[in-house]
Amino acid sequence: MKVPAPLAMLAELTHRCPLSCPYCSNPVELAARSGELTTEEWISTFKQAADLGVLQLHLSGGEPATRRDLTELVKGARDAGLYTNLITSGIGLTEKRMHELDAAGLDHIQLSLQGTDAEMADRIGGYRGGYERKMQVAGWIKDIGFPLTLNAVLHRQNLHQLPRALEMAVEMGARRIEVAIVQFYGWAMLNRNVLMPTREQAKEAERIVARAREDLKGTLVIDFVPADYHSDYPKRCMGGWGTTGLNIAPDGQVLPCHAAQTIKHLKFENVRDKPLADIWYQSDAFNTYRGTDFLPEPCQSCDRKKIDFGGCRCQALAVAGDASATDPVCVKSPFNDKMRALAEDFSADEAAEITYRTAAG
Amino acid sequence: MIAPDAVPYLPRGVRLHRDHVRDRWVLLAPERTISLDMIGHAIITELDGSSGFAQIVDRLAAKYDAPADQIAGDVQQFLGQLAERRFLEVRA
Ligand code: SF4
Ligand code: SF4
Repeated sequence: MKVPAPLAMLAELTHRCPLSCPYCSNPVELAARSGELTTEEWISTFKQAADLGVLQLHLSGGEPATRRDLTELVKGARDAGLYTNLITSGIGLTEKRMHELDAAGLDHIQLSLQGTDAEMADRIGGYRGGYERKMQVAGWIKDIGFPLTLNAVLHRQNLHQLPRALEMAVEMGARRIEVAIVQFYGWAMLNRNVLMPTREQAKEAERIVARAREDLKGTLVIDFVPADYHSDYPKRCMGGWGTTGLNIAPDGQVLPCHAAQTIKHLKFENVRDKPLADIWYQSDAFNTYRGTDFLPEPCQSCDRKKIDFGGCRCQALAVAGDASATDPVCVKSPFNDKMRALAEDFSADEAAEITYRTAAG
Repeated sequence: MIAPDAVPYLPRGVRLHRDHVRDRWVLLAPERTISLDMIGHAIITELDGSSGFAQIVDRLAAKYDAPADQIAGDVQQFLGQLAERRFLEVRA
């Protein structure tokens, strides 16, 4: 198989964040500030990425605004020729900083939504006053005219707020909303008893999204990540392992997906030690699960294997105990019954309490 | 449908980009990259923020020596798809 050049890169600038969402996609072992790549190291990585074929850069975290050099990084990314998207909770952005980001050429902002009112949002984010601040930031985004995607992360606690989230996106002038039902890795896995939606909720969300797509055609584009524990077939993870995108952790480790560090036997290379192109094309971490050769049955003889590449490696490891197994979400997986039973159990746990993510040092 | 005197334009956050690695033109938009063929590229480069739809069609018809009503249909379809995905705005 000829390895294609990557199209997108997610740069996790830092693991630091004022919020502590219980589904945070950062690893459970957070990287410390002292190990973070410097401004120059990041900008060199952006240039290498552009030369390699990356077109879209997502600046993420943690909260990217906790990096004091954020504006410089945006400018460096634009100078490298990358389309630059900021993924933020809004906390840490001031009006002055937003004008600086505008001048630096920031292309697009993706604002996360923990809930549609202060009570819910601040409880989920674990940060009082966060919602109010976010609404203020949304106002500045609109005034400056940044293109906006609202990113609503939904789970059992707040799924009933989906209709209001759609309204809010329209009110904020967002062109796009991402409705993402929590995926279960890392922190979200620790909190699955609290977050797992019921099967009924998952179905209802699908209905609401289908209706809103009709009603808001041409006004709001809706991208939907359904509850995969309640699906019949797995999703195509990252567009296929090592085919489309890569992630850079705060300390410079290059990952095929943001949860890849849960697969302990993979060894990840670092941009501090090797050119990015070598890491993409030659490293074991990328080559181990590229393509479909590594897949066992039932995938090998399945006609969907070129569609979903057997699903998510991290989920296979988490539930089937083997990272090269068929994603247990799939109805053909021998672990599918276990998966379904787990989903039912967790979604019925009324007494569960939130474990907030901890602070990065 | 885009009216003959309406002005289609790329909104902020959607821009034309030369993809040197893959030797092609693309439109970069939030979370999306749209690969442009020669015709798509020709249409996009006609969007100057002041020309109306009919003017754009006339220029393309002259450039490619093709009947204007046939070009109009192609341009309408191409721009209509972009507008539906909010990659294009139209000023009345
Ligand atoms: S998910 Fe929440 S805690 Fe994690 S980086 Fe995003 S805002 Fe911060
Ligand atoms: S058996 Fe494998 S390839 Fe087939 S649908 Fe399931 S996960 Fe996908």
